[in-house]
Amino acid sequence: MNINATLILQSIAMMIFVWFCMKFLWPPLLKAMDERRERIAEGLAASDRAEKELEKAKVEVDAQIREARDKAGEIVDQANQRHSQILDQAKDDASAERSRQVTAAEADIVQASNQAREELRKSVASLAVLGASQILEKEVDANTHRELLDKLITEI
Amino acid sequence: MAGGSENITTGEYIRHHLQNLTFGQHADGSWGLAHSAEEATAMGFWAFNVDTLFWAIVLGVAFFMLFRNVARKANSGVPTRFQSAIEMIVEFVDTSVRESFHGTSKFIAPLALTLFVWVFFMNFMDLIPVDWLPWVAQQAGIHYQKVVPTTDVNATMGMAITVFILILYFSIKIKGVGGFIGELTGQPFASNSMAGKIAFFLPNLLLETIALLAKPVSLGLRLFGNLYAGELIFILIALIFTAGSGLIAAGLSSIFGEHIPAWFWVLATASVFATLWLNLKGVLDNKKTLWLLLVEMLLIGGLAFLGGQLMHFAWAAFHLIIVTLQAFIFMMLTIVYLSMAHEHH
Repeated sequence: MNINATLILQSIAMMIFVWFCMKFLWPPLLKAMDERRERIAEGLAASDRAEKELEKAKVEVDAQIREARDKAGEIVDQANQRHSQILDQAKDDASAERSRQVTAAEADIVQASNQAREELRKSVASLAVLGASQILEKEVDANTHRELLDKLITEI
Repeated sequence: MAGGSENITTGEYIRHHLQNLTFGQHADGSWGLAHSAEEATAMGFWAFNVDTLFWAIVLGVAFFMLFRNVARKANSGVPTRFQSAIEMIVEFVDTSVRESFHGTSKFIAPLALTLFVWVFFMNFMDLIPVDWLPWVAQQAGIHYQKVVPTTDVNATMGMAITVFILILYFSIKIKGVGGFIGELTGQPFASNSMAGKIAFFLPNLLLETIALLAKPVSLGLRLFGNLYAGELIFILIALIFTAGSGLIAAGLSSIFGEHIPAWFWVLATASVFATLWLNLKGVLDNKKTLWLLLVEMLLIGGLAFLGGQLMHFAWAAFHLIIVTLQAFIFMMLTIVYLSMAHEHH
């Protein structure tokens, strides 16, 4: 174990290795590490931001859903109203139609019965004339006895 | 096993392990490798410890390649595991520098990183069993091989002196020549009067010079001392383990006599590998495997094998802490000294 010139060469070797490290190792490694740190920080900030945005979007969506639900309820109410309106109207229309038809039918009936009565009256008159002529064996002049016949018809 | 010849003494074994491979000028004027410790000493200052320099440079290049490999591909995307590991070291050094060094410098942090990793690698060589690399060198015809550069005082002091030069450089750069001299002579005894300043000039200079010189000396010798002591203990453990003398080594010799046959080691290794393999295949559970390994260890090596291995393992585990800690201390002290050089007192 002697002190010798190894000392000097070791010293030179050390300086060269330090220089290598300073030039070729330290800067790229530190640069990469710093850049990654920045990227991670950015990523974390972005995720925070995204979370906040998601929260906001959720609130918005909730509001929209509530609004939609309200609107839907309104529409259903309106539809119900309209439904009953239509129903009422239909009912009114139907009853109006019914009464109209009933009235018409009644009128028809009255008319028919009047007509029948008229016809009956007429036939009665002719029958009466026929009968009378047969009874009298003599032609009854319808015109001569008009007055009498009319009186007879109205009495029937 | 260590020295090549079968019957070297314990002292020779240790001395052999602590001798650097030295290249220098022989007494007859020719240049070459020293063949003995005496020859190496006789070469004087202008000699080089080839093994120290070789391993220091190999490990320095390994450090550079390892980090360059990551630095070249480094980007801000998702890092690979290896990149993360390298970046953890860089981050650790960067944090240490930021905490201790109050000032801005593009130089201190790379310096600290280089010192930390390089010194750690050089220290780590200590954990390779002491006989392996010297044995390989022996086969290649190289007689001396000390593979841990930091157990060579030249290497540690070489680095400490570089740090010392940096201390002087930064002191003068930041404070100017006058400021630096003022720092050396104006404290610790301070006076406002001219007479007092003259009276305290010499004592101050003496004390401050000692304090200044103590920095590189302590820096270099601390690292050297720790690693040298650790190395020595590994050598002693290896001695107990391999030399075949002493009480606990008696286990093997009592069965096989002086020479342990090769088939024994082949069988022993195969049985341990087989046990571990069966464990990995799921045939044996962990508890059974441990018991089986223990039984095998006892059968294979007797107390000598188990004792030597356990001691080696225990010291290696402890030494791992020393290796890391000393690398860290070397780095931290360098940062602190350079930080002090940057500050005005």
